[in-house]
Amino acid sequence: MKYLDEFRDPVLARRLLDEIRERVTRPRVLMEVCGGQTHSLLRYGIETELQGNVELIHGPGCPVRVTPAEAINFAQELALQPDVVVASFGDMLRVPGSTRSLADVRGAGGNVRIVYSPLDAIELARKKSDRHVVFFAVGFETTAPATALAVLQAAALGLDNFSLLVAHVRVLPAMEALMAAPGCRVQGFLAAGHVCTVTGFEEYDDFVRRHRTPVVVTGFEPVDLLGGILDCVTQLEEGRAEVTNQYARSVQRSGNVASQDVVGQVYEIADTPWRGLGVIPAGGYRLRPEFQMFDAAYRFADVASQQVTNSSVGNSGSSECHSGEVLSGRLRPIECPAFGTRCTPESPLGAPMVSSEGACSAYFRYQSQAGR
Amino acid sequence: MADESWQLHCPIPIPADSDRISLAHGEGGRLMRRLIEEQILPRFRDSGDAVRSPGDAALLPAIDSGLALTTDSFVASPLFFPGGDVGRLAVFGTVNDLVVAGAEPLWLSLSLIIEEGLPVAVLERVLDSAAAAAVEAGVRIVTGDTKVVPRGAADGLFLNTSGVGRILEPAPPGPESLQPGDELIISGPIGRHGIAILAAREQLGLTPSPETDCACLREPARCLRDAAIPVRAMRDATRGGVTAVLHEWAAASGHTLTIDAIAIPTTPDVRGAAELLGLDPLHIANEGTMLIAVPQGTGAAAVAALQGSAISREATVIGRLGQRGVAPVTVVRALGREQPLDEPSGILLPRIC
Repeated sequence: MKYLDEFRDPVLARRLLDEIRERVTRPRVLMEVCGGQTHSLLRYGIETELQGNVELIHGPGCPVRVTPAEAINFAQELALQPDVVVASFGDMLRVPGSTRSLADVRGAGGNVRIVYSPLDAIELARKKSDRHVVFFAVGFETTAPATALAVLQAAALGLDNFSLLVAHVRVLPAMEALMAAPGCRVQGFLAAGHVCTVTGFEEYDDFVRRHRTPVVVTGFEPVDLLGGILDCVTQLEEGRAEVTNQYARSVQRSGNVASQDVVGQVYEIADTPWRGLGVIPAGGYRLRPEFQMFDAAYRFADVASQQVTNSSVGNSGSSECHSGEVLSGRLRPIECPAFGTRCTPESPLGAPMVSSEGACSAYFRYQSQAGR
Repeated sequence: MADESWQLHCPIPIPADSDRISLAHGEGGRLMRRLIEEQILPRFRDSGDAVRSPGDAALLPAIDSGLALTTDSFVASPLFFPGGDVGRLAVFGTVNDLVVAGAEPLWLSLSLIIEEGLPVAVLERVLDSAAAAAVEAGVRIVTGDTKVVPRGAADGLFLNTSGVGRILEPAPPGPESLQPGDELIISGPIGRHGIAILAAREQLGLTPSPETDCACLREPARCLRDAAIPVRAMRDATRGGVTAVLHEWAAASGHTLTIDAIAIPTTPDVRGAAELLGLDPLHIANEGTMLIAVPQGTGAAAVAALQGSAISREATVIGRLGQRGVAPVTVVRALGREQPLDEPSGILLPRIC
């Protein structure tokens, strides 16, 4: 299959592995930003192959695990309202809020539908004119253009029974927050290829200059990842720090301008809570005031305020879940005391164990069986 | 018969819309009898064999071997999908369960649970398809049942089939008999049914539309038998996909099963859709593809035999058994590293990005 097989080529991958090992003069610490990259690294055993040469810290780039429990609780409350349907990407269903998941709520009679695109939620709203459809808009810059487009379409259609529960996040502010955190060990970043397809990578120039840390835009297949790692360690060995693009088949320097325009029309940048990391300045999006009527938090302000009272203890997940430390790279998933025992993909304590891209779930799937 | 038309007892009025199944069709009265006599029986009647069905039970002739019995329910949504439909699925599903147990399928029952309001034309299409599948599989549908439930109590149409087969000697001894060194064979490209259903249900608009692998495995099994391949175990890789079968066999045998990811056949449309949705074809359901274990050294002969059937012409060796290692099931991917292959947990949820 074109664009796939050549990036899983075992011969090329081996050659890159050898080159990385040759290039590295002392152990280097890199962070792959995106959860999809984490899964590939573990799935193909790349992390193990590079042991002693490159340590990979798994970054926060998984929308499922950074969506705050409060947003999930709110979605659950909405799903239990009469005449409301919550439409969501499948991944979000099993993520626990403060006490339970959307899947639990669906089992208890809540109205939750899996959709594959925000535009499917628009279709749902058109068909079910007696129901209000709330789309749970999660994800990074990758999914924001599609949800923004849904809002524009809803406005064009004059849909009164459609709104978004917005929990969109932005990746660069999270990288800033990680670099500012005490004890940050990251020496270089593999930036998320999908996000950069939309945003481009011009905005990393300033980040690289200030932190003197290489950022390599990287894809998701083994050859992509190894190419990104090689580029990053080469820069470190040569004392350089630049933004480079190892995912040129998808990413252009200025990104997808049309998508950026749509996002800019509908959303504005806002300080946003991240699960496990707290509020990150400029860390996400909110709807612009002119699209307030499509904001579920506005339309269902009564439900939202009730929900805030309920969660006034500030509970944003199980106290036993160390996802904050995992997300910031201070704790490896297998070092968590609950890993694989009280916390498994079937019965997750926190979001990183849920998603197909969560770091804990990746370790559970690909690495932990020796110890089980 | 003339008397019956004067019966006063009529609990549910006969609906005006005769194009749809109504609750009255399930009430045991005239409508139900007409449904059975006009729609169901003619499709499955077959003169000239030894089965008699004078009442609610089929009376089966004695045969001189052990019997295999299996049952399965089919709740596919949508009822029709590229390459198949729930009727075909219901017949082949049960036939395949008998085949992989080492039996020759003979007789099936077919029960219908119909949601009120189902168009009669839909029922007719499903019944036609089930009848054709039975002919193709060489089995007779000899008894059945019909129920109608109120709208909302079922999703259109649910089917149940049970099947009886004759055990053919020597039957495969089963997964407990697997030994280190045994070779693992897959009969064809994997993941086709699950992706076809998902694409049809969610209207993913993939082109070309992925087609189900829904097929009868009787012929591939016969090919193995004719070539005298000493099969240890066979299993159609339905729900949970190939991974679920591998884990079951690992648990039964106590050994480690290792597969080679690069050797596993997949069609480009399944690969594309699985990549897009973030699903692993190894976890996705099949309906006409089986896993076969044979002793070391007989894999090539088994593959050659399987290629004698159109259904299994892409059969290939995908792995082997070893002594129990770090994990019950492992997979070797592109870089050549052997890694644990976990069981699928819960429903497969498509990813966000």
